[in-house]
Amino acid sequence: MPKATVKVPTPLRPLTGGLSEVALEGSTVGGVIRSLADGNPGLKRHLFTAEGRLRNFVTVYLNDEDIRYLEREATPLKEGDIVSIVPAVAGGTPDSAADRSGTSKLSEFAPVAEETFSREDLRRYSRHLLLPEVGVAGQRKLRKAKVLLVGAGGLGSPTALYLAAAGVGEIGLVDYDVVDLSNLQRQVLYTSADVGRPKLLAAKERLEALNPGTRVVPYEQPFTSTNALEILRPYDIVVDGTDNFPTRYLVNDASVLLGKPNVYGSIYRFEGQVSVFDAQRGPCYRCLYPEPPPPDLVPSCAEAGVLGVLPGIVGVLQATETVKLILGKGDPLIGRLLLYDALGLTFRELKLHKNPHCVLCSAHATQKGLIDYPAFCGVPAVGAPTPSGNVPKVTPEELAAELASPDPPFLVDVREPEEWAIVHLPGAHLIPKDELPERVDELTRAQSLVVYCRAGTRSADATRLLLDLGFSNVRSLAGGINAWAQKVDPSLPQY
Amino acid sequence: MERPLLVEMEAHARETYPDECCGFLLGPLPSPAEDDFRPVDELVRAQNDFDGERRRRFLIRPEELRDLERRTEREGRAVVGFYHSHPDHPARPSLFDQEHAWPWYAYIVLSVNGGEAAGLGAFELDPESATFHEIPIRAVESIASPSRVAGG
Repeated sequence: MPKATVKVPTPLRPLTGGLSEVALEGSTVGGVIRSLADGNPGLKRHLFTAEGRLRNFVTVYLNDEDIRYLEREATPLKEGDIVSIVPAVAGGTPDSAADRSGTSKLSEFAPVAEETFSREDLRRYSRHLLLPEVGVAGQRKLRKAKVLLVGAGGLGSPTALYLAAAGVGEIGLVDYDVVDLSNLQRQVLYTSADVGRPKLLAAKERLEALNPGTRVVPYEQPFTSTNALEILRPYDIVVDGTDNFPTRYLVNDASVLLGKPNVYGSIYRFEGQVSVFDAQRGPCYRCLYPEPPPPDLVPSCAEAGVLGVLPGIVGVLQATETVKLILGKGDPLIGRLLLYDALGLTFRELKLHKNPHCVLCSAHATQKGLIDYPAFCGVPAVGAPTPSGNVPKVTPEELAAELASPDPPFLVDVREPEEWAIVHLPGAHLIPKDELPERVDELTRAQSLVVYCRAGTRSADATRLLLDLGFSNVRSLAGGINAWAQKVDPSLPQY
Repeated sequence: MERPLLVEMEAHARETYPDECCGFLLGPLPSPAEDDFRPVDELVRAQNDFDGERRRRFLIRPEELRDLERRTEREGRAVVGFYHSHPDHPARPSLFDQEHAWPWYAYIVLSVNGGEAAGLGAFELDPESATFHEIPIRAVESIASPSRVAGG
């Protein structure tokens, strides 16, 4: 039988002991290749189909001719022939009807080894895998996800626990506090033994004990304008679990500037709020609250107290929205503010709209970077007076009595139209604060005017402006329409 | 890979969009001792010879590979892998890719979304399981001698 040289393609050389060519005897091309593959299951698999025929994407040349144009495997060999095996290189995108829409099911892709789940993880997440809306594909998304939690206190505790349990791949935690005994009434991430320890140390231990597959990254530092963008940048979603307004505005602004959704939650005594601020799909926090309330009207949990169970439900609602955003399933609270009242056990929803003049997220945005948030929120430098603190005011109760009298004052609402749409006082006249200077002629100087806004800051400024313009009888509603809703007419929503 | 080659690959993918592009990765002959990084210092564009929908399939004529391998053999170099693009699909190998892949070669998949380069990934077929695993790509300024690169 003639002897031929079979040239082995590089990928198959490990299977031939590294040889790039092998001399074999055979009468046909098929014969020598079969000899090569005999006793070598690895080679066989690459060269032949299960039925024993030469694979479609293996091209064999006898000297310089493709055997398909000769007699294929039956092509006879002469002494000294060179048989070259050349892999045809082919591939393509997944087959599926969904192809036309540009999306493809994950199952159309080859499973890439490090993305498969261990046996243990398949068991751990089995209850997720059984849900069609989650499944292996969804669990993979959770594992790939990176979520930053600003605040590891009342809201951050339940959120972190449930996100770790759900299999979120990386959880960043920002908090520089130390565990205090009074935290344990609601901050379920910590134990009595943790009192006195830095929160993030205890949190990392607890979360990794719950799920070793979750990477917990601690940022034991205050979240400020100097570090916020760098800290947030690698994450997909930020969860706002803070307890003060300057940080809330900072979290919002950073998330808008970086294009990340902000899962917002807040609590106060018996009430909670949840929303998802995603400037690319809806309003941001500033669309709803263009300005912060006066600092003296904002008691913290320490001052005002909070029902311990309250942050539990609000935090898990935030975790729920986070999971939905990661999975891309369900309807997230974008453009919706969920209001929860623990005492009445009621849930209410307000529609939120993007403010077309929002300084941060609208087409007319003027703010392009982070600002000084404590200054913005009027958290005063010691001794500095608040600018419009000295205007004449009227309390909600006083106003209610005056409105019921024969000569009621004229009500001027200086909020934005979006806020008016949420709630307003009957008979009021809407002039957004920024438009006031040009629209001052709509007001009469003779009549008694009461200006109101949401919480009293803007109306104080507007009152100052009107007084400066010569109006003599102007007062600002202390505490704004929120205080009115609280003290005079609880049927109105507060926001 | 040398950094300019990454740019060149993306350019090729964008040029052929909405069809799939394909090409060869060339480099010094890898010695068996080195299993760190496989250097790539040359790209050769290939014709997408698929007879049909080249938006979703690519095929490199075996003659092109054969001729290229003859040249690289003479030069003491090798074809170390292939690249192709996925128009409007992620930079991950499909089952079709996997069925036609060979071990040892590096397969780079580029994603081109609406004409814009949208990332790439490199994969190698595990000969035992016949499935892909992802391999890291390291961009360097230039490929020095293989021993220096493998040393890391």
